[in-house]
Amino acid sequence: MRPGTELQQPLFHGSDWNFDLLQRVYDAVAQVAYEDLHLDTYTNQLEIISAEQMLDAYSSIGMPLMYRHWSYGKRFLREEQLYRGGHIGLAYELVINSDPCICYLMEGNTAALQTLVIAHAAFGHNHFFKNNQLFRQWTDASAILTYLDFAKSFVRQCEERHGVATVERVLDASHALMDQGVFRYRRPGRLSAEREKARERERVVHAERTFNDLWRTLPSFAFKSASGETGAADQFAEEENILYFIEKNSPILEPWQKEIIRIVRFLAQYFYPQRQTKMMNEGCATFVHYTIMNLLFERGLLEEGHMLEIIKSHSEVIFQPAFNDPRYGGLNPYALGFEMMRDIQRICTQPTPEDREWFPDIAGKGEWRDVLLEAWASHRDESFVRQFLSPSLIRKMRLFALVDDASDSYVEVTAIHDDRGYEAVRSALADSYDVTAHQPDIQVIGADLAGDRCLRLRHSIRNGVMLQEESRDATLRHLAMLWGYEVRLTGIDGRNGETVYEQSTKAAPESS
Amino acid sequence: MAHFIDRRLNPKDKSLGNRQRFLRRAREELRQVFNKRLKSTRIADVDAGHAVTVSSSTTDEPSFRQAGSTGRRTVVLPGNNVYSAGDRIPRHGQAGGQIGRQAGETAPDDDFQFVLNREEVLDLFFEDLELPDMVKLHLKEVQSFKFRRAGYTTTGTPANINVGRTMRNSLGRRIALRRPSRNELDEITRQISELENREQTPAIRLQLVKLQETLRRLMLRRKLVAYVDPLDIRYNRFEARPVPNTTAVMFCLMDVSGSMGEREKDLAKRFFVLLHLFLKRRYERTEIVFIRHTHEAKVVDEDTFFYSMQSGGTIVSSALDEMQRVIAEKYPANEWNIYAAQASDGDNSPYDSNRCQEILKGGLLAACQYFAYVEIIDARERDIFHATENGTPLWKAYRTVSDRDSRLQMVRLAAPEDIYPVFRHLFAKHGYSGSE
Repeated sequence: MRPGTELQQPLFHGSDWNFDLLQRVYDAVAQVAYEDLHLDTYTNQLEIISAEQMLDAYSSIGMPLMYRHWSYGKRFLREEQLYRGGHIGLAYELVINSDPCICYLMEGNTAALQTLVIAHAAFGHNHFFKNNQLFRQWTDASAILTYLDFAKSFVRQCEERHGVATVERVLDASHALMDQGVFRYRRPGRLSAEREKARERERVVHAERTFNDLWRTLPSFAFKSASGETGAADQFAEEENILYFIEKNSPILEPWQKEIIRIVRFLAQYFYPQRQTKMMNEGCATFVHYTIMNLLFERGLLEEGHMLEIIKSHSEVIFQPAFNDPRYGGLNPYALGFEMMRDIQRICTQPTPEDREWFPDIAGKGEWRDVLLEAWASHRDESFVRQFLSPSLIRKMRLFALVDDASDSYVEVTAIHDDRGYEAVRSALADSYDVTAHQPDIQVIGADLAGDRCLRLRHSIRNGVMLQEESRDATLRHLAMLWGYEVRLTGIDGRNGETVYEQSTKAAPESS
Repeated sequence: MAHFIDRRLNPKDKSLGNRQRFLRRAREELRQVFNKRLKSTRIADVDAGHAVTVSSSTTDEPSFRQAGSTGRRTVVLPGNNVYSAGDRIPRHGQAGGQIGRQAGETAPDDDFQFVLNREEVLDLFFEDLELPDMVKLHLKEVQSFKFRRAGYTTTGTPANINVGRTMRNSLGRRIALRRPSRNELDEITRQISELENREQTPAIRLQLVKLQETLRRLMLRRKLVAYVDPLDIRYNRFEARPVPNTTAVMFCLMDVSGSMGEREKDLAKRFFVLLHLFLKRRYERTEIVFIRHTHEAKVVDEDTFFYSMQSGGTIVSSALDEMQRVIAEKYPANEWNIYAAQASDGDNSPYDSNRCQEILKGGLLAACQYFAYVEIIDARERDIFHATENGTPLWKAYRTVSDRDSRLQMVRLAAPEDIYPVFRHLFAKHGYSGSE
């Protein structure tokens, strides 16, 4: 307890809550968050929802507004089945990167849990969304809700105008290419629902104004390419964002179809930072709720019973089973993130000689808040691990690295938690959080619009990791539907430049 | 600052549209699942929710994803308590199994199970089925009305005021009657105050008086010509239009005589349960008349029809007589679409069978849109009768009628798994004419 602070009255007794109480809890948590942790958040909008609504929210990828698509129905049915069967519990909360920041709180939570959840979501996640550079640069929190509103009504209008099945085809195809619909290196433009609407209106008006039925009656004639030879130079530079390329260059898509692709592309872009910062984001929220809850308890605002309940939930969240435990399902992002941040706190306040050697710039600095705020603001998972994973945490979690080569019938342990292994484990773990390294690298390399209009893609194979063939071919068919002509994917080995495979949508129907 | 919003009372089923889209997509497979299941489950079970399993192939979402079993990758795992650097672990050991999952693979979507509710099940069951030739549209006395917009009116309730129209009228009237606008007044008031501030020469005073007079006149005019006058107000007019009702009645005739064994009765009942569900589901306004007969026929209610036991001799024509009586009494053939479904084991005296034939020919069939006769036979008999025109006395008698009139359709039913196909055969859209 800080000297001079007196024990205050507990915020609540028992487990029931009402809106007055939530407001009091919120104010108490906010005070700690702003004054003790120096957090900086968007305005909060806390919404109380029922279990059913939580399932609804799950199935539309957590967004309060979403266009309709069968895949969300499928997700809902699956989640519902798991939930009703007792296989999964529902999250206590769900938070949306928007301004104001929307947090869903489950109605079934006890007062103590609501306190925990408010600290976790409304302050932890909220701070991260507002301050992390990835979110700041790549998403636009203030515009997402109006944009989704636009997207939803646009898709609905398209369905009314062109039929549900037609729209569904475009959405299916775009969803298949969602991972390839992201700019990884170039910053996208800001979203604006108003501007989108204006653009769309302009298109329609222009189409109506320039409509002339006579064009239809002109005899079509073969278009001679300027160079006189087909398959000559490509008009396009290489492009990593396949959806963007299709939207801009597809010879067959109508304006509304391009607009739908654009919507899917924007959503993919919006969620891209979330995937790169999952561990840090959860770690930040968990660290924030842990710190705030303990401070509240020290000041007497929480009773012991409530604190026990909170600690129980907390320890469930950060539970990390070992690799050979049947419950193991990968590294728990909550656990790793939380441990790393606690570790940073420890290094700042009680460093060991080892820490001083590994982290000379922060060890013993004392001001752990600033170090953490800085880390939250400027890192993503990969760089955060590379920078801050300490030998002591590697020992504590007993991390070890394996090399798994499909051509070998053994997997080899390459590094464990010892002096020789720290660097290697840390580097391997950082690599495993690199999202780009875990997605196949597929790019558009050209399309000859004046010739046979074949769209050519290149898959640069890294470390011999191939694509699932069935899924790959289905995706190519989707792509061919959007492009309107043949699509050819060539797999090139990244090391020696050899062609490993070639798949074309033209050949596919003949062979099957 | 935080805002708390209680969303619990928001409309539920936000993702209903998504669910429907998903079911539509999986429709083909769902139907196959159900067709298979129909052979094993009891027909009455149709009227309930069903758990179904859909394979991942119909609802697969493809993408470019990496195959788990190829290439070389490095993974980091927690909780090492045995290994040191350089150890080699056989792939199929426990650790190897775990590695496959850890490597960032999305596991292939498994087949998954979910529950369809009763409505969705019935929809699947009765897809593409209908009562044929529902033509007689009749406006019954108990009518439903639907309100439709029909222009504008000068009277109405305040809730129906059409603001656009009203303000258009008001504007026109104000222009016509030259109601001074606020700007005009402001302008004059401004001039007055300007003059008042100047030195008061007689010329100016005269001007002032003039202006004040104009102002007074304009104010008066503004008062006289109202901004919105009751004359301007227009209301949306709604007109009640009667909704045409198709009136239909289904007669369910069932033989419960002694010759019908437990098995036959059970089959007949199951058939009618299905028919009953179909009518309830698809035709809200269809009335159903239950008639069962031994040597005498009686109109009974639903419960008695399905659940009560009775036995006796067999006179099939008694049921047809009863049906004729009810039609004459309650359902005049020129106003009602009349349907009938009859189930019997066909065991009837030749004399009475001829009588049935006469009754049908003599007007009963003409009054009907459709008459389905389901004969419940032994499984062994099915093989015998399958290819021949031969059959029970009743079958032979009906046969002569149905050859000439396609409104009478006849099918044989031998086992529970036949019920649904037979039902589909009888009520498939456009399917009944000319097919047997």
